[in-house]
Amino acid sequence: MATTHVELKESEVSAEQKRIINDLSIQIATVNGSGSQTANSVLLRAIFQMGIPVSGKNLFPSNIAGLPTWFTIRASKDGYIARRQDSEYLVAMNPESADEDVLTLKPGAVCVYDERLNLKRLREDVVFYPVPFDPLVAPVCPDARLRKLVRNMIYDGVLAQLLGIEMGEIQIGLRKQFKKKAKAVDLNFSAAMAGYDYAARNFQKKDRYYLERMDATRGKIIIDGNSACALGAMFAGVTVVTWYPITPSSSVCETLIEYMKRYRIDKETGKATFAIVQAEDELAAVGMVMGAGWAGARAMTATSGPGISLMSEFTGFGYYAEIPAVIFDIQRVGPSTGLPTRTAQGDILKNAVLSHGDTKHIMLIPCSVEECFTLAIEAFDLAEEFQTPVFVMSDLDLGMNNWMAEAFPYPEKPIARGKVLSGEDVRRLGGFSRYKDVDGDGIGYRTLPGTPEPLAGYFARGSGHNEKAIYSERPNDYVNNMDRLARKFETARSKVPKPVIRENGKGEVGIIAYGTSHWAVVEALDQLKKEQGMEAGYCRLRAYPFSTEVYDFIRSHARVYVVDQNRDAQMLSLFRLDLEPEQINKLRSVRHYDGLPIDARSITNEIVSQEGQN
Amino acid sequence: MATATIPPASPAKVNRVGLEVADYKGNKSTLCAGCGHNAISERIIEACYEMGIEPHRVAKLSGIGCSSKSPAYFLRTAYGVNSLHGRMPSIATGAMLANRDLIALGVSGDGDTASIGVGQFVHLMRRNMPLIYIIEDNGVYGLTKGQFSATADIGSKLKTGVLNDLPPIDTCALAIQLGATYVARSFSGDKRQLSALLKGALAHRGTSMLDVISPCVTFNDHEGSTKSYSYVKDHDEPLADVSFVPYFEEISVDYDAGSTMDITMHDGSHMLLRKIEESYDPTNKVGALRLLTESHDKGEVITGLFYVNTKQENFLSLLNVVDEPLATLPESRVRPPKEVLDEVMQGLM
Repeated sequence: MATTHVELKESEVSAEQKRIINDLSIQIATVNGSGSQTANSVLLRAIFQMGIPVSGKNLFPSNIAGLPTWFTIRASKDGYIARRQDSEYLVAMNPESADEDVLTLKPGAVCVYDERLNLKRLREDVVFYPVPFDPLVAPVCPDARLRKLVRNMIYDGVLAQLLGIEMGEIQIGLRKQFKKKAKAVDLNFSAAMAGYDYAARNFQKKDRYYLERMDATRGKIIIDGNSACALGAMFAGVTVVTWYPITPSSSVCETLIEYMKRYRIDKETGKATFAIVQAEDELAAVGMVMGAGWAGARAMTATSGPGISLMSEFTGFGYYAEIPAVIFDIQRVGPSTGLPTRTAQGDILKNAVLSHGDTKHIMLIPCSVEECFTLAIEAFDLAEEFQTPVFVMSDLDLGMNNWMAEAFPYPEKPIARGKVLSGEDVRRLGGFSRYKDVDGDGIGYRTLPGTPEPLAGYFARGSGHNEKAIYSERPNDYVNNMDRLARKFETARSKVPKPVIRENGKGEVGIIAYGTSHWAVVEALDQLKKEQGMEAGYCRLRAYPFSTEVYDFIRSHARVYVVDQNRDAQMLSLFRLDLEPEQINKLRSVRHYDGLPIDARSITNEIVSQEGQN
Repeated sequence: MATATIPPASPAKVNRVGLEVADYKGNKSTLCAGCGHNAISERIIEACYEMGIEPHRVAKLSGIGCSSKSPAYFLRTAYGVNSLHGRMPSIATGAMLANRDLIALGVSGDGDTASIGVGQFVHLMRRNMPLIYIIEDNGVYGLTKGQFSATADIGSKLKTGVLNDLPPIDTCALAIQLGATYVARSFSGDKRQLSALLKGALAHRGTSMLDVISPCVTFNDHEGSTKSYSYVKDHDEPLADVSFVPYFEEISVDYDAGSTMDITMHDGSHMLLRKIEESYDPTNKVGALRLLTESHDKGEVITGLFYVNTKQENFLSLLNVVDEPLATLPESRVRPPKEVLDEVMQGLM
C-alpha cells in the first residue's frame, strides 16, 4: 500500500504536500435497506466516467433492512481492481458500526460522517469532516418519506467536492441510474449539490487524496458477473432455464429474464424462443434441466453451494446418462445457514467429483466479467460436445459486484451442438449405439427425442447399460462404460479453456490461482517484485480437468503456491489427486477464507513468509 | 383417386399411421408374473395403437421402483428416461419445455409419487403441463421388498403382520385440488375402463393424472391388504361406464342422452360417461373432492374419471413458447445478432 505508516496529526497534514492522485479506497458504511445503493453506484460511475480505473464491492449482510453494510470503491491509476484491506476514506453513516469503523482506520485516513455521530472524539490521527445530513436534506427534499432515500446522495456531493469528482459526471451517473425518470434525477442531484456546497463552504481540505480525470476507461463497461453470465447464456442460445432463488445466484436468472424478454421474443409471432421456470426447489430445477437437455434443448440453471448439494444426485445421473447441462455455481461460504452473502471458492472440490460412484465433471472458472460471458458460451458448447453436465464456477465477489471490463466480444464460433444423429443418419447407418465409442474420443452419438425414425429411439438410464443403451448388469458392460467415460474426460482435458500463463523464466517460484483471486495475484506479483525483488511465474487456471500446460508449469518451477479462497486448499487437493509425489511436494498453499474477497497484501505476506522458511 | 387400389398381400392389421400392434410392444417384462404393472403396460400399448400415436413422438419418463422399470416394456422404439427416485415430474417437465411436440408419458409408483416425490408431484399438478402421469399404485415398495408406501390404507396389513397406522395420501384428491385437469382412478384389472381412460388422457392437452391400483402379487396380495386383487374387485365402485371415441371415428355406441355425458376433448375426441348411480358432474371440482372424501369414508375404491377441465390454459401456452420445439430452433433464432450485443454494451459504458 502506498500510504502506510503516515502518522500525522490532523493539524500537521498539509494538503499540498505529496498529493496522492487516483489511488485510494473509499469505504461507505450504511445501514442495510437505507437506499445507499443509488448513491454508491452513482459515485462509482462518476469516477469511471472520469476515466479512472475503478471497482466496487458490496459487503452486505444476510438481511433486508437494519444490519450494517459496507460498499468499497477502489480507484487505481494502475488499474488494480482487487479489494484492499484498508481504506483511505471512510463515509460513516451507520451509528452501529461507526465507532469500530473509525477505530480500524489507518493513521492519516479520512472520515466523512454524520455529524450526530460525534466521531471526532475517537481519534486524533484521522482527518474528520462532519456533515449535518438531516438539516441539509430537509430543504432539498420536502417530502419527508423520500428523505431517507435521497439523504445518501449528500455524501456523493461532499466526496465530489473533497476529492475533485466532477458534478457533471454525478449527474450523468444519476441519469444512467434512473433512465427516463427526470424528477428522480433532479431530486437526487440537488441533494448531491447540497452536500457539495456545504463542503465547499465549510471544509478546508486537510487530506492528500485527489481524483483527477485520466483516460483509462474509454470504451469500457461496468457490469456485475451475474449479468455477464446471463448475457453469455443468451448469446449461447439457451432455450430452457429453470432455477430456484438463492443468494448470490438469483440475479443470474433474474437478469436473464429481462434480457430474454427484450431480445429473444420472436418478432413475427410475439412468442418466446425460450422457457424460463422458477422451480419448487433445486432438485426440480436441475431435473428439468436434465429433461430438457436430454430432449435437445440448451438448458441451464444457476445456484450456489447449498443448491449444488441438492443437485448432486441429478448431476451424477447426467454424468452416467450423458446429458448436456450447464450449471452456474455462484460460490459463497458454507453451510446453508452460514454467511450466505459472503464470498468463497467453496465448491471446487465438491463439484469436481459431485455425486456418488465414480464421477468427474468439467468446470470452467471465469476470473472476470468478460470471462463470465465468454466461458458461459463455451460451457454450452462443451456440455453438448461432451454430453455431460458442465459447471461455470463464479463466486459472490465476481457475481454480485460491479467490475470494469472491455466491451464483450461477439461470439465468432457458430453454436456447436455436438454429435447428434438425424433420422436420415440413423436410417443410412441401419441403427445406432448410443453409448459406443465410434471415434475413439469416448463420446458417443445421440439422437433427440421426436426424431421420426424407429431405430433412433433409445432409453436413457443412469444404471448399468451396454453400448446400445440396453439395461445390463454384466461386469464387462459396466467396466467398458466406465472406462469410456474416463476416456471422454481425458478428451476434455485438451478441449477445455487453457490456462493463462505468465512465465518469468526463472523457474523458482510459481503461483497458481483461479477465479477472482486473479486480481489480487496480479497486484501481489507487482508487490513481490517491487518489495522483495522476487519474480514469480503465474498460471491462472480456467478449467478442470487441468490441461497439460498446467502440469508443465508445476514441473518447471521449484515451488508452486496454489491460491485458494477456502480453508482446505480445495484446488490444491485436486492437484494431489492427479500429480506424482515429487510434484505434489512442490505445492504450497495460500488460503483466504474470512468471507471477504482476497486482497493482494494477504497473498504477498503469505508467500514472503513461506519463502523465508526455505 | 379414381384408380383402384390393390390390397396389400399380407393383410396385417394396421392402425391409421400404418403400424401394427407389435410396433408398440416393448422388451420382455422383468417384473413378477401377474404383476398389475404388466397389465397397465398392455393397456398403454393398446391405447397408443388404437389412437394411432407415432411412437417416436412419445417420451417415456419414470422415476425409480418397479413401476419405473415398466416403460422398457412398452413402445420399444419410443424415447425414454429412467431417472431418479421421485423425480419423474421434473424430467418430464424439462422434456416438454424442450420439445412441445412430444407426448410425455410419465410412469411412477406410489412410493415414487406420494413419498419421496410428493414435492415434485404437487408442483407438477399446479402447472398443468401437457403430459400424462400414471401412478402404478400397489401401496408398497416392491423393489425393496414390501415396505408400506404413503398410499397404503389405515389398517392394511403387511405380509409380516405389520399394520399401517397412518392415513393414506389420496393422489387424485391432491391432483384435483392443485390444478390437474384430467384426473382418474382405475384398476389394472379393469381392461375396458383403463383403456378408455388412457385414450382420454392421450387426447387431453393438460396434465392427466391416472392413479391405477395395481396389485403387487409378491408383497401385497394377501388377505388383510387393501390393494390386493380380491379386495379391489370386491370394493371397486365404478363411477360411470366410460367409453372413448377418438376424433377420427364416428360415434357409433348407443347412448341414452339423458344418462350419458359427452365430453369433447382437445383433439375432438369424445369421452362418453354413462352414469351408474347418481348424477355426477366431472367438470365440478368441489363435487369431485366431496365424492372422493365420502367414498373413502365408506371404504369404497371408487374408480372412473373424477375431474376433467378442457378450458384451463396449459403451462406451455402460459409461457408463450413458440410453436416449434425449442430444442431444434436454428442458431439464427436463438443467438441475437451483433447489433444486440453492441446495444447492450453501449448501455453499460
